[in-house]
Amino acid sequence: MTAERVRSLRRGLTSILVAAALYEVVARSGYFAPALMPTVGTVAHTFLTMLLDGTMFIHVAATLYRVLFGFGLAVAVGLPLGVLMGRFDPVEHFVLPLASALMPIPSLAWVPVFILWFGLGDTVTILIVFYAALFPMLLNTWSGVRSVNPIWLRAAGAMGADEQALFWKVIIPGASPFIIAGLRQSFLRSWIAVIGAEMLAASNWGLGWVIFDAKQFLNADVMLESIAVIGLIGFATERLVFGSLERATIYRWGMARMATG
Amino acid sequence: MQQVAGDHAIASKPSALDARSLWRAARNVFPFVVVGAIWEAVAHLGIFPAQFFPSLETIAAVFVHLTASGVLPHHALHTLLRLIAGFALAALVGVTIGVLMGRSRRAEDYLLPLISIGAPIPGLAYAPLFLLWFGPGNVPTVLLVAFVSAFPIIYNAWTGVKAVKDIWVRSAQAMGADNRRLFRHVIFPGALPYIMTGLRLGLAQAWRILVAVEMLASVQWGLGWLIFGAQEFLNTDVMLAGIAVIALIGVGLEKLVFQPLENYTVVRWGMVTS
Repeated sequence: MTAERVRSLRRGLTSILVAAALYEVVARSGYFAPALMPTVGTVAHTFLTMLLDGTMFIHVAATLYRVLFGFGLAVAVGLPLGVLMGRFDPVEHFVLPLASALMPIPSLAWVPVFILWFGLGDTVTILIVFYAALFPMLLNTWSGVRSVNPIWLRAAGAMGADEQALFWKVIIPGASPFIIAGLRQSFLRSWIAVIGAEMLAASNWGLGWVIFDAKQFLNADVMLESIAVIGLIGFATERLVFGSLERATIYRWGMARMATG
Repeated sequence: MQQVAGDHAIASKPSALDARSLWRAARNVFPFVVVGAIWEAVAHLGIFPAQFFPSLETIAAVFVHLTASGVLPHHALHTLLRLIAGFALAALVGVTIGVLMGRSRRAEDYLLPLISIGAPIPGLAYAPLFLLWFGPGNVPTVLLVAFVSAFPIIYNAWTGVKAVKDIWVRSAQAMGADNRRLFRHVIFPGALPYIMTGLRLGLAQAWRILVAVEMLASVQWGLGWLIFGAQEFLNTDVMLAGIAVIALIGVGLEKLVFQPLENYTVVRWGMVTS
């Protein structure tokens, strides 16, 4: 088993190194202009420069502010509304048709409209992130609450739980695998939406804006290192934040199997 | 007695069904009526300039006018063609790579790290780079759409092939199936529910990104460009008509492409219940 793992690891490393070497060869061959296809060294150098003069931190901070604001707003609206939809039929009958009509519209299609309505700036980006994150949050919470085993509800009721205890002790933990899946999906959508919105609703800072702006000056090195930073942040959030959230809740409560199913 | 009961059921069934489906239709329309009424009230009260917040009649009139003059269908057609081209490319490459990874340990070891590095990066981040490399127009748009939708397709095809029950493979082999028949009759149908899920997710991703890429790539036709171009002239009504078409296509893709396809293959084979 361990020998097999070592072999997998070796093959994986080989393929990454080969891909990087191939890129380096094409970049150095001069077949493409160096401005369009910088070497790995140039990209790393640009990254270090932007890291040391602090501009990268401001870009990251601007993007994180927008994405967290929009995502937080979507959770603040989507979570309670999803619970209400799962608990009360009239709410479900009212919200579900609207959500199914708005959901297939890609959030970024709204960018030009929002720019006209709210002007250029953070508001547009935050609202686009909100739109992108709202529906996965809403629908996952709704199906989570609906999937809570009715026997648990009746058992808790028979043991004298009032509405409040029922809600906090049965419904929320019971729906948590879906809610966490919703948070995860919402954040993934937010992360895509924030990059797109920053490109289209140009401001002065932000990772999406940096990439878009670099195109004007043919700075492919700036683009590539920003793409790497975007990928790293996305990956880290996925693994560290949502991974530990899952471990702290549904794994501890022994509900992991439901989350994957 | 049996006969009477049966007659009664036949007589009462249609009307009961009609009333129920009518009630359900009314229930589904009601929220739109409420939201539409609020929209109309805001538009007619003149809280916002009419140019920025057009009434529903104006949007409908623009929609009809643009459809009749053929502009809107032309934009929609170009967007759909790009979607189909990009998605077809992604499906072809993605399923091949995914199945290869599921069947061969070597392919899995070599390809998985590269895919794991590429997958968490939002595809839109590549858009300016693709534009720089391939110039504006159709080529970067289609390639980017294909690139983005390939990841869920690869992942699901890979998982699907690995999820095919070992006992099915072994019993097929014991019954003398060669590699080709094993693949066609056991592995492919067994992995199909996952592959369909992957295709569905891939198409959804492609659709979400395509409109934005059209805005960035300054293509000549396309719904994204229609909306983005209308911003210059403050034509909010044109934008909203464009968004309505986008919503219609989005719903249509789900209802007309995937649900029937899924019913035809996966459900018919009894892999999942509808």
